[in-house]
Amino acid sequence: MKFRSLALAAAMSTIGFGTTVASTAAQAQAKEQFFPVIVYRTGAYAANGGPWANGYVDYLKLVNAKGGINGVKISFEECETAYATDRGVECYERLKGKGATVFQPLSTGITFALTEKAPIDKIPLITAGYGRSESQDGSVFTWNFPLLGTYWVGADVAIQHVAKQLGGLDKLKGKKIALVYHDSPYGKEPIPLLQERAKLHGFELDLLPVAHPGVEQKATWLQVRKNRPDYVLLWGWGVMNSTALKEAQATGFPRDKMIGVWWAGAEPDVKDVGAGAKGYSALTLQHGAEPNSKVAKDVIALVHDKGQGTGPKDEVGQVLYMRGLISAMLGVEGVRKAQEKYGKGKVMTGEQVRWGLENMNLDQKTLDGMGFAGVMRPVQTSCLDHMGSSWVRVHSWDGANWKFASDWYQADDKLLRGMVLNASRKYAEEKKITPRTPEQCKQ
Amino acid sequence: MLYRENGQFKTSYAADQQVFTIAQDKWFVLGVIAFAFIGVPMLVDEYMFRAILIPFLILSLAALGVNLLVGYCGQITLGAGAFMAIGAYAAYNFFVRIEGMPVVLAMLLGGGVSAAMGVLFGIPSLRVRGLYLAVATLAAQFFCDWAFLRISWFTNDSSSGSVSVSNLKMFGWTIDSPVDKYLFCLGVMVVFAVLAKNLTRATVGRQWMAIRDMDVAAEVIGIRPMYSKLSAFAVSSFFVGVAGAMWGFIHLGSWEPAAFSVDRSFQLLFMVIIGGLGSILGSFFGAAFIVVLPIFLNQFLPALGDLVGISISTAAVSHAELIIFGSLIVFFLIVEPHGLARLWSIAKEKLRLWPFPH
Repeated sequence: MKFRSLALAAAMSTIGFGTTVASTAAQAQAKEQFFPVIVYRTGAYAANGGPWANGYVDYLKLVNAKGGINGVKISFEECETAYATDRGVECYERLKGKGATVFQPLSTGITFALTEKAPIDKIPLITAGYGRSESQDGSVFTWNFPLLGTYWVGADVAIQHVAKQLGGLDKLKGKKIALVYHDSPYGKEPIPLLQERAKLHGFELDLLPVAHPGVEQKATWLQVRKNRPDYVLLWGWGVMNSTALKEAQATGFPRDKMIGVWWAGAEPDVKDVGAGAKGYSALTLQHGAEPNSKVAKDVIALVHDKGQGTGPKDEVGQVLYMRGLISAMLGVEGVRKAQEKYGKGKVMTGEQVRWGLENMNLDQKTLDGMGFAGVMRPVQTSCLDHMGSSWVRVHSWDGANWKFASDWYQADDKLLRGMVLNASRKYAEEKKITPRTPEQCKQ
Repeated sequence: MLYRENGQFKTSYAADQQVFTIAQDKWFVLGVIAFAFIGVPMLVDEYMFRAILIPFLILSLAALGVNLLVGYCGQITLGAGAFMAIGAYAAYNFFVRIEGMPVVLAMLLGGGVSAAMGVLFGIPSLRVRGLYLAVATLAAQFFCDWAFLRISWFTNDSSSGSVSVSNLKMFGWTIDSPVDKYLFCLGVMVVFAVLAKNLTRATVGRQWMAIRDMDVAAEVIGIRPMYSKLSAFAVSSFFVGVAGAMWGFIHLGSWEPAAFSVDRSFQLLFMVIIGGLGSILGSFFGAAFIVVLPIFLNQFLPALGDLVGISISTAAVSHAELIIFGSLIVFFLIVEPHGLARLWSIAKEKLRLWPFPH
């Protein structure tokens, strides 16, 4: 008896599995532009992954509410990774089969794995504000688009900001800067640039890794207390950020000498710490918290007020929400640009979207027209520069809100260019890729 | 009726010592293998290959390795993830540092390095056993996590700590399409499964089982515990190391130490426990359960919701996936504590009597 019910259950699940696979195949041909949404709403980084995903999906809904991309509606599907690389790869394969034309994995680990797969599948990857820094070089990394900024841009601007506070780059000599980082490819990315800058200006760099997920930092901050760095750069994600701030408070390290990367400068990072995080500042990927921007108001009016909102309404305009929204916008604009060349009102393929992303030119007028006035500066990509812009501001937490605390910075292109070229040439050599020539780029 | 060995007489010792003594078993297994090699590539799509079949094959190889140690020799290990990592990074270093190194050789050498490390970390098993040994093998896990994150030589001085491989070639065969990768994994899998099956039937396997059942008695009848325990560690680590190299090279393509974290060690141990300790077939069942079931639930629940007309949010699906997966583990362990492989053999016994059970 027991065995019979078991066998029945097994048979049922086999049938169920068959139907799911069959239904996946059926959805493939729809007359819509399909956007895969790789998210993590569960797991150790859910607090930060959630708002990003909500912003991303809300923007896609907003585009649909405004009539689609030149009439082409957007369809989308979420896939949960819980920030795990192997689940991310599974999601990629699943959504690829449904006609995905651009991926945004929001995890440096998944980005590294997909970088190997994207060229074979001919699907571009947008990694706005994360991913491999050397993938800015589009002649080698044909399918990667680290739009708006890489970690090398972030690290460079962080040092510029410190220098400005001290009164000039020459004042950095003999200073001590500690990098408290997430011990993963994400956290290790800025190290080469910081080492380069340390050599250049003669400051001492202290590397303090924190193991995933970052709730245990006592030893790290003991080191901070012992070494007494002048500044601490925080390269954390998720719960690691708020823990670091609490530890800084407990150690008595001044929060106004702490600068976070743009993934360590959002509401979930500081909310629990409240007044204890006062004075802490973080880089911004152009935008900060923008609840008053036109695009945020559009989302409220056209998506949330219609009962279509993805997350809670008061989240609209928060830092990570805006990051997700802008990421979605970049993907949509890539498709729109591609349509200019390959036919308006048509569904684009991965290769066509890649061309669109490589030739994207969002000037201030276009951005303002879309409701991004005051939020973003122009982005223009090319074959050699898949990043498009390196504008960064710094904002700081006043105990209740993020407020901008600096003017616009730009990464030092002279320093960055050389490093990017070196690293991407090394990658090309390892992978036996011939970089595209300017003529090939035009195609 | 179908599954009855009446009339199958064994006339020689060789016939009596075959892996499958019953003809139906033999033909069934050969049929499955033939189907996997010929039928599957024609039937399934890329998603099935890359997201389900390849991870399943690689992790069942790893589970097979863990089963040799835990199921056959009775040495509990929580360091399987570490040996996967050692296999992967060793193979990587052989592959990139030696010009013209064939992929298969790099993977086997990776397995060899892993075996050597397995012997090293297996030494405590000579003194401690049971749960204490599990804790001792955790040391391997933490040591490897540390080593591959901190010692940049292992990652060929890659600044981000992430390594990647490509251009996998074997005897002029470029392994890049999903079908190629699948066939490669399947080929390796079959060779290793046959190897494992025969090992467990040979002297060394019988020694492992004697040690597992009662090590003092085994010693009294002349089995050297040091030799058999360490050989179990070596063989198991070799299997796991090759699986690790395949996980990195074939499945991920680019990986970081987090791919072989302590979670992976637990996962492999659970595969073996759920699948069936001391059973080759059980390793496959366990791997299928752990790899395929979560993905299936993740896709099946929204589809089920659609049928009923409810849309379930992504987060809710993930939570439900964990809840159902957890309760299924508990269910199977209560219904059949000896694992899924035992259910399989019960099914075979029932089938023998079917359709006249009395």
